Amino acid sequence: MDNRANNKANKKRFELPVWAAYIINLGLFIAFISLFGVLLSSGALPGFITKVAMLIGIQVILAVSLNVSTGYLGQLPLGHAGFMAVGAYASAIFMTHTSIPAGIAFPIGIVIAAAVAGLFGVLIGIPALRLKGDYLAIITLGFGEIIRVVLLNIDSVLGFKLTNGAAGLQNIPKTTTFVNAWLMVGLTCFLIHTFIKSRHGRAVLSIRENEIAAEACGINITYYKTLAFSMSAAFAGAAGALYAGYLGILNPSSFGFMKSIEILVMVVLGGMGSMVGSIAAAIALTAAPELLRAFDNYRMIAYSLLLIATMIFKPSGLMGRYDFSMKRIIENAINGDIFRRIRKSRAFDKAEGEGEA
Amino acid sequence: MKMSRTMTMTVKRTFAFALAALMMLLMLAGCSGQAAQSGDASANTIKIGILGPHTGEYAAYGLGVRNGAELYFNKVNENGGINGKRIELVIYDNKGDDTESVTAFTRMVDNGITALIGDVLTGNTLAVVGEANAVNMPMITPSATAAAVTVKEDGTVYSNVFRTCFIDPFQGEKMAGFANDILGAKTAALLCQTGNDYAQGLAEAFKQKCAQLGIQIVAEEGYAKGDVDFKSQLTNIAAKAPDVVFCPNYYEDDGMIVTQARQVGVSSTFLGGDGWSSVTKYASKEALEGSFYCSSYAPGSTDAVKKFEEEYVAGYGKDTLNMFAATAYDAAMLMCAALEKAETGGSAPASEEYKQAVIDAIKSEGATICGITSEAGYTFDDSNNPIKDAVIMKVTSGEEVFDRMY
Amino acid sequence: MSLLTTILKQLINGLQSGSIYALVALGYSMVYGIIMLLNFAHGDIIMVGAYIVWLMMARFALNPIIALLAAIVGCTALGVVIEKAAYKPLRSSPRISLLITAIGISYFLENAAQLIFGANARVIPPFINAEPITVGAVSIPAEAAVTLAAAGIAMVLLNVLVKKTKMGKAMRAVSEDAGAAQLMGININNTISFTFAVGSALAGIGSVLYCCAYPKATPTMGSMLGLKAFVAAVLGGIGSIPGAMAGGFAIGIAEALVSSAGLSEWKDGVVFAILIIVLLVKPTGLMGRPMTEKV
Repeated sequence: MDNRANNKANKKRFELPVWAAYIINLGLFIAFISLFGVLLSSGALPGFITKVAMLIGIQVILAVSLNVSTGYLGQLPLGHAGFMAVGAYASAIFMTHTSIPAGIAFPIGIVIAAAVAGLFGVLIGIPALRLKGDYLAIITLGFGEIIRVVLLNIDSVLGFKLTNGAAGLQNIPKTTTFVNAWLMVGLTCFLIHTFIKSRHGRAVLSIRENEIAAEACGINITYYKTLAFSMSAAFAGAAGALYAGYLGILNPSSFGFMKSIEILVMVVLGGMGSMVGSIAAAIALTAAPELLRAFDNYRMIAYSLLLIATMIFKPSGLMGRYDFSMKRIIENAINGDIFRRIRKSRAFDKAEGEGEA
Repeated sequence: MKMSRTMTMTVKRTFAFALAALMMLLMLAGCSGQAAQSGDASANTIKIGILGPHTGEYAAYGLGVRNGAELYFNKVNENGGINGKRIELVIYDNKGDDTESVTAFTRMVDNGITALIGDVLTGNTLAVVGEANAVNMPMITPSATAAAVTVKEDGTVYSNVFRTCFIDPFQGEKMAGFANDILGAKTAALLCQTGNDYAQGLAEAFKQKCAQLGIQIVAEEGYAKGDVDFKSQLTNIAAKAPDVVFCPNYYEDDGMIVTQARQVGVSSTFLGGDGWSSVTKYASKEALEGSFYCSSYAPGSTDAVKKFEEEYVAGYGKDTLNMFAATAYDAAMLMCAALEKAETGGSAPASEEYKQAVIDAIKSEGATICGITSEAGYTFDDSNNPIKDAVIMKVTSGEEVFDRMY
Repeated sequence: MSLLTTILKQLINGLQSGSIYALVALGYSMVYGIIMLLNFAHGDIIMVGAYIVWLMMARFALNPIIALLAAIVGCTALGVVIEKAAYKPLRSSPRISLLITAIGISYFLENAAQLIFGANARVIPPFINAEPITVGAVSIPAEAAVTLAAAGIAMVLLNVLVKKTKMGKAMRAVSEDAGAAQLMGININNTISFTFAVGSALAGIGSVLYCCAYPKATPTMGSMLGLKAFVAAVLGGIGSIPGAMAGGFAIGIAEALVSSAGLSEWKDGVVFAILIIVLLVKPTGLMGRPMTEKV
C-alpha cells in the first residue's frame, strides 16, 4: 500500500496500459506455440516429446480449472475427474457419430464437452455446495464415483450402445494435436484470468476470504459458488474432449477417484490460487514419471517421497499465491526497481505464510 | 523465539531450493539419457520393445510377460543372436495406464525398436494398436484377449498385430461344450466380474453356446472390480443348486469365490477360463476338488514346459510364473523366428521394409516353431488370431493336472 | 431355501463385511476428530497389517494369535512413525498440505509393499477350522461369527478407553479445543500420537479380520477398503464412535443387499448415493454433532 502511495507521490512511475499487456502476452504465447509447433513437426525433438507435450497441455487445463474452485473459491472438490469423464464421453460420442469433417467437428466437440460438463457442474454444484470443507470433498468424491459407475453400466440398463460399458469407446478420431491442445490451454488461462480480474472474480475471491463477510456485503454466495464451480467443471470437460481426441479410446476406469486426486495434487503442489503454480506443477508432475524412468521399479517411490518432502518443506505449495504478471515485470524493469520489488514480495510472501500458519 | 522462527524459515527455504535443484537435475539427467539412447542406432543390434504394467495393480501380469520374453531373448543372444546381430531390449513400464502406454510406446519408436512384445492389458493394448498401426510396427501381444485388439469396429484387420493367447469367445464356447459333452450338465450358473471385458466376453460366449446345447442358465450373478466378498451372489446361486458354475475371472478372485461358495453351501462343479491358472494357491484343495478350466498352458505337462519353468524360476523366482509368462516366451520365440526370416531380406533393422518383412514372416513362419503353449506352432486365421487347441485342466487334491485336449 | 432365510443370510454377509468397515472407519474417525485430517494412508496401514499376518502365518508358520499380536503391534508402530515423521512437521500448515502428505504416504506404502512383497497377491492360510454355527434354519459361518464378536469386543473396549480413562478424556478435550486443552496442561503431541496409535491398532485388528474373511494380501488392497471405510465414517458422523460403527454396518448391509438383488455393478454407486442423500439431509452424518459456525 505504501508503495502505491510512494509512486503517486513522485508521479514518475511508468504504468503499462492493460491493452498493451494483453498484446504482449498474446504475442509471447503465439511465439511459444509456433516455436514449439515448428520444432516438433520438423522432427528436431523426438516423437514422444510431442505426446508428452500434448498430455501436459491437457493436464494444465485440468489443474488450472480445478484451481478455480480450489484456489479462488476456496473449496475442496474431489470429483474433478468426473467432469473430465463427462466431457470426454460427450465429445467422443459426438465425434464418432457426426459426419462433419474432423477439423470443424473437433472445436464443436470441445464446446459440447464444456457445455455438458458445465451443466453437470451446475446440477452437482447446487446441492453439493451447501456443504463445506471436508464434507464438500466427500460429497463431490461421491458424485465423481457415481459418474464413473453410471458410465460403466449405463448401456446394460438402457439397452443401447452409448458408452460401451467396461470395454469403453474405441476408434474415436485422434484429432488432438500439439497446436490445438495448447491453443485451448491459452484460451483457458485467458478466460479464467479475465474472469478472476473482473467484478465477478472479486466476488468469488471474497467468498474464499470470508464467506460470512462476503454475504454481509450483499454478494450472492450460492450464485457465485455455483458459477465458479461449473466454470471449473466446464474447462475440465474441455480437457476431457482433448483427452478423448488424444488417446482415441475411452474407458471409465481412467476417470476414477485417483485421477481426481492426481489433479488436486498438482494444484496444491503448485500453490493454491496461483495459476502459474498450477501450470508449473502440471508440467513437472506429468513429465516426472517419464523423467524418472531411469529409476525403473523405484520411480513411484521416488515420486511419492518428492511429494511428501515438498509438502513438509513448502506447505503452501511451490508458488504460494504468487502469480506471474508480464505487466508487472515490464513495469518493474522499466522503473528499475525490479530487485527491490522482489525483495518486497518475498517479505510479503513470508508474512502471508506465517499468517496462514 | 522470533530468532528460531526465522532460522527454521531459512532452513525450509534452503530445502525447498535444494528440492527444486534436485528436480532440475533429474530433468537434465532424463534428457541427456534420452539423447544418448537415441544416438547409438548401431546396425549390429535389433531393438525389441517390451511394454506392460511392471508396477501397480496388474504388475503380476506385466512382470510375467517381461520375464518370459526376456528369458527367451537372452537365450537367443547367448547363442549368437539373430544372424549375428544382438537383440537389445527396450523395456518400459506403463503402470497399467492408457496414456503412459502411448507415451512409452512412442518413446520406444524414437529409440528405434523393430518390433514390440506387448502390450499386456487389453485396455492399454487398444490404446497402443492405433499408434502401432500408424507406423506399421510388428507387435505380438501375449495376453490381450479382446477381439477388438486385432480387428477394428468396421471389420478391417490391423495387419501388424498378432497374439499368442486365445480370444475371449473361444474359451466360453469350449467350456460350454465341455460341460455338455463330458459332464452332462443340465443347469448352469454364472458369476463373473461385470466391469471386465475378459470375463464378460467368456460369459457371453458360454451363455450363447449353452442356449444352443440346451443347458439351462439358472442364475447370472456379477461383481465389481476389487470386490472380495461374493457371499451375497453365491447365496443366490446356492438356492438354485445348478450342476455347474462358470466363473470366467482371474485366479485370485476365483480362488476366493470357490472358498466362499463352499462356505455358503454351493456344491456344484466349478468351471473357469485360462484366468484360473495357479488358482490352487488361492483356495483350499477341498474347496477346489473336481473343478475344471481351459487353458493354453499346461504347467509341467511336457519336457519343454518343465525346462522353461526351471529356467524361469532360476532367473526370476516362481512368483510371477504364470500363463502369460509362457505365452510371452512363445511370443518371443515367434518373434525371433520372424526376425531370422526377415534378416534374409538384407534390409536394415527398424527400416520400413524390414518391419513389413517381420510382419509377413510372423504369419508365414509361425507354424515352424515348437511353442511351449502350442507344440504345433502358430498358424493365424484371417483376423490374426492363433489357431490352437485348448487344454482342459482338472483340479484334484490341490494340484492342477492336465485332463485332456478338447 | 425360503426367501426369509436367504435374506437373513444376506444380512449376516453384510454384517461381516460391515464390521470390518466399522473397525477401519473408527480409525479414520478418531484421527479426523483430533487433527481434522482425512488420513488417506489409513487403508494402507491395513494393507501392511495383512502382510504382517501373511509373514507370520505363511512364512514363519506361527500361531494365529501371535500373528494377531504382531499385526496390532506392527500397525501401531507404523501409525505412530507416520505421524511423527510426516504429519507432525505440518501441524501448523494448511490442512490441505496435510491431506496431500497423507496421499503421498499412501502412494509410498503401496509401492514399497510391491517392491518388498512382489506384485502377486499373497495367500494367507485359513485361521479357523470350525463348523458353521446353526441357529434355526440359518447357518452362520465361523469366520463371520468370529469377525462379528471381535469387532464388537474391540468397539466396547474403545468406548471404555475414550469415555472412562484419563487419556480418553485428554483425547476428547484435544478434539474439542486443542488450545484450551493445552492451557489445561494436556500434552497435545502425546495425545495426538496416542490417538494415532489407537486408530492404527484398530486397523491392525481390522487387517486380521479382513485376512480371516478374504485371505489374501495385495499392495493395493487398502485403497478401496480405506475409501469405503471413510464413507462409513462420514455417513455415521465423523468423530463419533457409535456413528462409525453404524456407518460401517449400514454400508456392509447395503452392499450385501444390492449385490444379492443382482445389481452388484451398481454397488459402489449405491453406497455413494446413500452417502450423498444422508449428507444433504443431515450434513454432519447420522450421529455427528451439529456444528455451529463462528463468525
